[in-house]
Amino acid sequence: MAEFRLPPNSRITKGKLFQAPEGAKNVRRFVVYRYDPDSGENPRVDTYELDMDQCGPMVLDALIKIKNEVDATLTFRRSCREGICGSCAMNIDGTNTLACTKASSDVSEDVKIYPLPHMPVVKDLVPDLTQFYAQYASIKPWLQSSTPPPPDRERLQTKEDQARIDEPSACILCACCSTSCPSYWWNSDRYLGPAALLQAYRWIVDSRDDATGERLDALEDPFRLYRCHTIMNCTRTCPKGLNPARAIAEVKKMLLERKVSL
Amino acid sequence: MTTKNRPLSPHLQVYRWQITMVMSILHRATGIALALGSLVLVYWLASLASGPAAYADAQALLGSNLARVLLGCVSFAFFYHLSNGVRHLVWDTGRGFEISQLYRSGYLAVAASIVLTAGFWLLVL
Repeated sequence: MAEFRLPPNSRITKGKLFQAPEGAKNVRRFVVYRYDPDSGENPRVDTYELDMDQCGPMVLDALIKIKNEVDATLTFRRSCREGICGSCAMNIDGTNTLACTKASSDVSEDVKIYPLPHMPVVKDLVPDLTQFYAQYASIKPWLQSSTPPPPDRERLQTKEDQARIDEPSACILCACCSTSCPSYWWNSDRYLGPAALLQAYRWIVDSRDDATGERLDALEDPFRLYRCHTIMNCTRTCPKGLNPARAIAEVKKMLLERKVSL
Repeated sequence: MTTKNRPLSPHLQVYRWQITMVMSILHRATGIALALGSLVLVYWLASLASGPAAYADAQALLGSNLARVLLGCVSFAFFYHLSNGVRHLVWDTGRGFEISQLYRSGYLAVAASIVLTAGFWLLVL
């Protein structure tokens, strides 16, 4: 159910201010959500002033600079720093994106950084994605074929068939879309969310897959698929420019067409 | 480490409001307003069935300035829900999902609901 207020243990308190070094001319403030599971205290927001003349352009550069030079206790996920691994997904300036591809200069005021919304927080900017991955696994993201592959080559596709899965295959499972979706916030226990549904679509339209009917059956449920109310936050926020909302609409259409043609 | 006591990260508190999201929540809010407004319609029809005295009472009540403002809100809710509902119908055909199209159809629906409400009251009054 929709619970608009944060539970008591999650309400954010005021944190510390780390002032810019002496002589810094180009100072910006980074306001960062902090939660230390060992302290037993509520989450807080700390403010870090950085000299941007000594800092790389991306928000991830600033986080790494804070961790290296100001406060080594700051915890966040990162890996590829080029928008392909999806590790550094977080809420920056009010929308979900990847810290490595978001420029600090794109934010006009203080750079506010929170973990992905409405998720259990392990520490600081690290959310627990266990359920998100379980939902992905539940759509069976692998090829299901009733025939063995040809002995001498791969299963071939036409260019057009490949084109249908090009876009959904570019998803990096960063969870930006699912955690931007109010429907997912209120019903993540039963609604699969845009990321898992985009992948469900990817396998439904794959010309080599023979489980299309079963895949559609699994989604024909008032919650798993139909909690999507076309709010469009997913498509607005996707750092890869994908369109989960359209994929969900296509699945709804296929379910309808299946009913009508029977 | 316990996993039960993990805090929930902020959501509505930090997420930036965007026109797409506002129009979606307005669609639901106007739906609720219409459900409540239909009670007023039932009251009016019931008074009509109860004879001239009851009907005159209802007309006086619904003709008051406060009631007119509220009826104005309900009529806007109706036209907004209608216009945005058309948007939903188009989406159900798989069209209009580019972000530029979302904005265009959104502003169009808001403009249409204002124009329709104004036109409706010009006709009535």
